[in-house]
Amino acid sequence: MTQPSQKLARWTPAHLFDGGPETFAFSPAYRAKAEAQMAKYPPGRQAAAVKALLDLAQRQMEEETGARWLPRAAMDHVAEMLALPRIRVYEVATFYTMFKTRPVGRFHLQVCTTTPCWLRGSDTVLAACRRAAGNVPDGEVSLDGMFSVEEVECLGACVNAPILWVGDEFYEDLDGEATERILEAFRRGERPGAGSVRRRQASAPEGWPDVEGAALTSLAKTDIE
Amino acid sequence: MPKLTIDGVELEVPAGITVLQACELAGKEIPRFCYHERLSIAGNCRMCLVELEKAPKPIASCAYPVADGMVIRTDSRIVRAARRGVMEFLLINHPLDCPICDQGGECDLQDQAMAYGFDRSRYQENKRAVPDKDFGPLIKTVMTRCIHCTRCVRFLTEVAGVPELGATGRGEQMEITTYVERALTSELSGNIIDLCPVGALTSKPYAFIARPWELTKTDSIDVTDAVGSWIRIDSRGGQVLRILPRVNDAINEEWISDKARFSLDGLTRRRLDRAWLRKQGQLVPATWAEALETVAKRLRATAPERIAAIAGDQTDCETMAAAKDLLARLASPNLDCRQDGARLNAHRRDFYLFNSTIAGIERADAILLIGTNPRFEAAVLNARIRKRWLAGDVAIGLIGEACDLTYAYEHLGTGPATLRALLHGNDPFANRLGSAERPLVVVGQGALARPDGAAVLAAAWTVARQANALRPEWHGFNVLHTAAARVGGLDLGFLPGPGGRDIHGILDGARSGEIELIVSLGADELNPADLGSAYLVHIGTHGGPLAARADVILPGACYTEKSATFVNTEGRVQTTERAVFPPGDAREDWKILRALSEHLGLPLPYDTLDELRARLAQEPRFAAAIGGGCDDLAGPSGDPDLMGEAHFVSPITDYYRTDPIGRASPTMAACAALRAAPSAVAAE
Repeated sequence: MTQPSQKLARWTPAHLFDGGPETFAFSPAYRAKAEAQMAKYPPGRQAAAVKALLDLAQRQMEEETGARWLPRAAMDHVAEMLALPRIRVYEVATFYTMFKTRPVGRFHLQVCTTTPCWLRGSDTVLAACRRAAGNVPDGEVSLDGMFSVEEVECLGACVNAPILWVGDEFYEDLDGEATERILEAFRRGERPGAGSVRRRQASAPEGWPDVEGAALTSLAKTDIE
Repeated sequence: MPKLTIDGVELEVPAGITVLQACELAGKEIPRFCYHERLSIAGNCRMCLVELEKAPKPIASCAYPVADGMVIRTDSRIVRAARRGVMEFLLINHPLDCPICDQGGECDLQDQAMAYGFDRSRYQENKRAVPDKDFGPLIKTVMTRCIHCTRCVRFLTEVAGVPELGATGRGEQMEITTYVERALTSELSGNIIDLCPVGALTSKPYAFIARPWELTKTDSIDVTDAVGSWIRIDSRGGQVLRILPRVNDAINEEWISDKARFSLDGLTRRRLDRAWLRKQGQLVPATWAEALETVAKRLRATAPERIAAIAGDQTDCETMAAAKDLLARLASPNLDCRQDGARLNAHRRDFYLFNSTIAGIERADAILLIGTNPRFEAAVLNARIRKRWLAGDVAIGLIGEACDLTYAYEHLGTGPATLRALLHGNDPFANRLGSAERPLVVVGQGALARPDGAAVLAAAWTVARQANALRPEWHGFNVLHTAAARVGGLDLGFLPGPGGRDIHGILDGARSGEIELIVSLGADELNPADLGSAYLVHIGTHGGPLAARADVILPGACYTEKSATFVNTEGRVQTTERAVFPPGDAREDWKILRALSEHLGLPLPYDTLDELRARLAQEPRFAAAIGGGCDDLAGPSGDPDLMGEAHFVSPITDYYRTDPIGRASPTMAACAALRAAPSAVAAE
């Protein structure tokens, strides 16, 4: 068995990881949601709901264990529900990066490091996240189980770069200090509000509409003039 | 029929085929890795690119249907450049380890790189490496060599029906894996070695043994089951090193079972390579002359009605013919080829053949399996039933042990009670059979090798007759044999003569002392405890319980060591060819009998194989055509009302070790151990 401290390649299969429950079954509430998803497809085509069911399984895992990931038992359970060969579910789960087939921390910190975020200082965000995770290698869980860090590609929110993605929330307009504040809040058990940490409205210019002179678009008045 | 132009030649092709197939019809060779004519189309290797006029870019010909008026170029500048590009990408992550790769010399990638490869790499970055997987004792993996054609995934999912392999991850992280690190549970898994176009999946027992150009290739027939798959025996220096399938669409298509492919290491182990004589209770080595003289003396001293002969599961027709002739000369009527005691009826040939033929399975629209587990008894034939099931619109019913046959079936029951219900129309499946256009009834040895076997046989025939499966153009009554020798023995009439004892009578006689001498023609499945105190002359190939019990051991030849005739379960007469010589003093079995007849002073009238074959050629049943209909509805004797209540049990409990060769094979032993306790091995 591979030691947790050892750096594992990204593609190391999930069975090499310790942890994860031996068995998994949808709770009544999640089973109802899963069946609602399956009912969306014509009879005999229930396998089409595999991604929805995997997501539900991941969310149930988060409720039960605090970490949103897919242990093998959960994939097997989904396969059984959909009458699919297990390997077909493993294929889907490993294909999509939003399905985590290896354990993650309570807060899985996904930092965008694609060009716009990087230009706006994602390096400091990433550094803050790694520090918070105790500098364990990316993809591994910090010793206290709180954090795991992953660099991700463009999250599609470049106007609010740089971005940190945790659970279902985007934290935007970050810098190193703001990131640290958010992570400290996580550590205290708080859930700071999502969105721009500078309280920008959506991706509108800074200060709008409260600040005098802030225009709807910054193209009218630019610094280049 | 669409008309298209391929490299300037206009031709008409059947509608619905692909451009690649059309190019092949035109005699053009299209390079490919992922495309395989017996698997679904994946279109992911991109090696088969051709130029289609007016198309903006080259097309993947394997996945492109033909249309009228297409103009295809298979060897233009663009095509060559495109294929060179594909090849360069494929080689980016392919290791340059051909010198230590077992696929070397028969590798599609190597061959096609000769045509389309660049002479050096322009790739400066790191190559990727992939951890090897554990697929069990048969398949060795070097996954870094994998080019992701997914042929193995498709084969196991579609043909073998055990969806255990898949492609996990994506892009650079894509891997072919079981994900959970376990051995494949298919009886056809060895075929993915042949399918793999590179050296990612190779044969584990054959690893680092030989290069293909060193091997002598002998076309032959498999005898590990009664299917009679076409095989090629690769040998070097007097040893069989590997066995591969040959294409025969009527029998095995392109596949062979793992037992046929991998039990060959049993050919060199535990072999009987000299004659042995029991002296003062001990088996001691003897010369041929000594052993034959002893047997002859013993035969002369024994009354004919106290002599018996039993043929084994892999006994060839030549041997059985010679033994039958010898016993006729000795005036003994006690002989039987039904070693397992199956109540087979040899009155008419269609009472014991797979009359619909294996290819005929694909035309059936309702299948009833009685007392058989075709997955273990005839793995390749089972793949044919699965193929029929995949095509859809077929009802499959099973009476017998419930098990995973790799396709869905209706489990009607486990014993004769269900068959009786079918007979009287009390089971809904009777209507399914009756309304089918070509119903197919398969009776296995598990339903026949029991005291009420004759009644079951008659009942099955009646079910087939009531379902209107016995027609002049369609014969839907089938017996599935497990032993390669059985149909040949029945064809030859290796059965009790007038007033003679059958297998049960022989064994009863041996126990009571009325049978004093038994000649075993490789009848290794007999239980030595059943033989009483009879003097046992064993013509065999491998050490085992029966050889240990024998009073005289005469070493015979395995199927790879002789040219011998076998008749498969369909009644197809086929011959094996000699690839290597028998070890030591071992001889072809019929020659042993011929020599024995000389010692007895009753010489058999053939001195050469050709003369013996001329004798075989006069057997009327060998010349009979197969696959015909049924002209006579009168069934085998037996009263369906006499069926007992015991459940049908398949005769095969250990798939990998059903014959002396398999039992001597370490590879088969490893497979059997894994099958018996999968978790213990996986925990390693």
